[in-house]
Amino acid sequence: MSSIAWFRLASPASFFPLARRLVPWFSAGAAVLALAGLWLGLLVAPTDAQQGDAYRIIFIHVPAAWMSMFIYIVMAFWCAVSLTFNTRLAAMLAQALAPTGAMFTVLALVTGAMWGKPAWGTYWAWDARMTSELILLFLYFGYMALRNAIDDPRRADRASAVLALVGAINVPIIYFSVKWWNTLHQGASVSLTSAPTMAATMLAGMLIMAFAAWFYAIAITLIRVQAIIIEREQNTRWMGELLPWIR
Amino acid sequence: MFANVEFALACGEALIVTGANGSGKTTLLRMVAGLTQPHIGQLSWRGAPVAAFDHALRAATLYIGHAAALKDDFTAEENLLSLATLHGAAPDRVALGNALAEWSLGQHDDIPARVLSQGQRRRIALARMDLARRCLWVLDEPATALDASGVATLEKRVSAHLAARGVAVIATHKPLALAGIMRKLEL
Amino acid sequence: MAAILEITDDTRESRAWRGFAWSMTRDLNLAIRSKAELGVQLLFYVIVVTLFPLAVGAEPLLLRTLGPGVLWVAALLASLLSLSRIFAADYADGSLEQLALSPLPLPALISGKIAAHWMSTGFPLVAVSPLLGAQFGLTTDEGWLLALGLLIGTPTLSLLGAIGAALTLGLRAGGGLLALLILPLYVPILIFGAGSIEAVRAGLGASAQLSLLAAALLATLVGAPLAASAAVRIALD
Repeated sequence: MSSIAWFRLASPASFFPLARRLVPWFSAGAAVLALAGLWLGLLVAPTDAQQGDAYRIIFIHVPAAWMSMFIYIVMAFWCAVSLTFNTRLAAMLAQALAPTGAMFTVLALVTGAMWGKPAWGTYWAWDARMTSELILLFLYFGYMALRNAIDDPRRADRASAVLALVGAINVPIIYFSVKWWNTLHQGASVSLTSAPTMAATMLAGMLIMAFAAWFYAIAITLIRVQAIIIEREQNTRWMGELLPWIR
Repeated sequence: MFANVEFALACGEALIVTGANGSGKTTLLRMVAGLTQPHIGQLSWRGAPVAAFDHALRAATLYIGHAAALKDDFTAEENLLSLATLHGAAPDRVALGNALAEWSLGQHDDIPARVLSQGQRRRIALARMDLARRCLWVLDEPATALDASGVATLEKRVSAHLAARGVAVIATHKPLALAGIMRKLEL
Repeated sequence: MAAILEITDDTRESRAWRGFAWSMTRDLNLAIRSKAELGVQLLFYVIVVTLFPLAVGAEPLLLRTLGPGVLWVAALLASLLSLSRIFAADYADGSLEQLALSPLPLPALISGKIAAHWMSTGFPLVAVSPLLGAQFGLTTDEGWLLALGLLIGTPTLSLLGAIGAALTLGLRAGGGLLALLILPLYVPILIFGAGSIEAVRAGLGASAQLSLLAAALLATLVGAPLAASAAVRIALD
């Protein structure tokens, strides 16, 4: 991949048709993987000795939690690219990723609560991972709120990029401190990953669902970035030629 | 806002920027001072292209914008000393006194700036010209609120700056009588 | 002819020190002259701390348990209250542009402003905290530990907060947005600060928490002025 090809791709004008072409592939992939994963998770994987069938929610909870963290890292990466190379497209990609990341975080929190009730009798146990997940949600909201509060798109791009990078540096520190806090206060706390001996099918199910979530995230982000490109580039010539009805 | 603007200045020349309200004079001047990056286009200083906040450009520029950058709680002298130190100079009392006298601010020594009139505040802002030796002067509507004697002092100082091979970019509504080569740019 | 000494033959370090000294002394002078704002954070701190016993009752054991947490959270909130003012005045009167265009390094200038801000808002909290701690049944040793933790922690809060203040310069959204941006970053400081007293009560030492607070301070001393100056430049663009 020569560097020339990358820079050609770095303009919204050339990325837009590529995004359009890729969406159906990733959507189909997500659907297939999700079906496979859910089949494994809901039907094939054995009933857990301690938790019965209620544990099956981890097939959504764990992939959602993984994606929530992964998307933040990817978002921070694109923010770093946008600041270093001063490109609009990287900032638009970060802007498109944030709502999906927040959605996965909420999903992880809700499914975590749903799991907590039958498993440990309480919806919210203030354990380290869920509390860190909640703070991650605040970081996503902060990024989106800052973007919304700034009218000038260029300033919004750059300010929220700085915020995302500061947040990314702090995420390990926050996680570490929350873990510390949890061990100090909870004593014998139950960890949500201590689903004990994982049958191979359980692990396979979670991995397949994780890939399904990843493909879904890519597809939905590509759709959203197209909308962002249309909105922000609507006054340019290439957009007028491509979508004449936009005028 | 504006497009296809191009100009080049040599030592001893001034660029007078005119245009209607909202035509982008302030934005252009802020680009020249290095506060803003142009969306498309390039600013070059001494032959080399510079980005916003470039260090060489900052060291050579005196930017006096719309806002006077004065602290209401400081007197005229304290404001001048503070700004001059920020610009990297260390003027002594005599130099400060001379600058204040040049701009007819000598009598207002102990008065905090919040009490002074707009014209007097503008004079304090402009008095920085006397205290920091810079090659490029970027002045945004410097004659605002100045009376005739203030405008005369302004013209005298800018002309002296141009004669000493300095460069100036000035946005103004009122015509200024300057001694030196003046290029005009209408936005 | 009068002397306008242009300092040109200097190093980046000496310019940084001059920038730091200039902005710190200037901001302290301004804070002293406009006495209106001094002491407001302190009063806010005292009031918020007083609200808790009113809300949960004055049962001594409960207050003793809650005490460190309440005192730390109130310090966070008091710090948050004053943050927007670090840059607001300079932004409004055009001084911030002059700071950004100065040959003195912007991170150094910002560090000086933060130092002045902490001295006028954070340090009073540190001084008064042992007294308030006594109201919550903290022992003398715990009171000193609280003050020490706040002494190390509140500068970090000011430094982190300055980044948020710079990012939200001039926005209509105001204080709520700043709180949303900054409070997640404050969480580790809160955990280690309040946790230090918990640790002492549990019989473990507080050295680990205090070292972590100190490490956070050192890291922020280096990183926050850089991030804040990037944010200031973005806001001025």
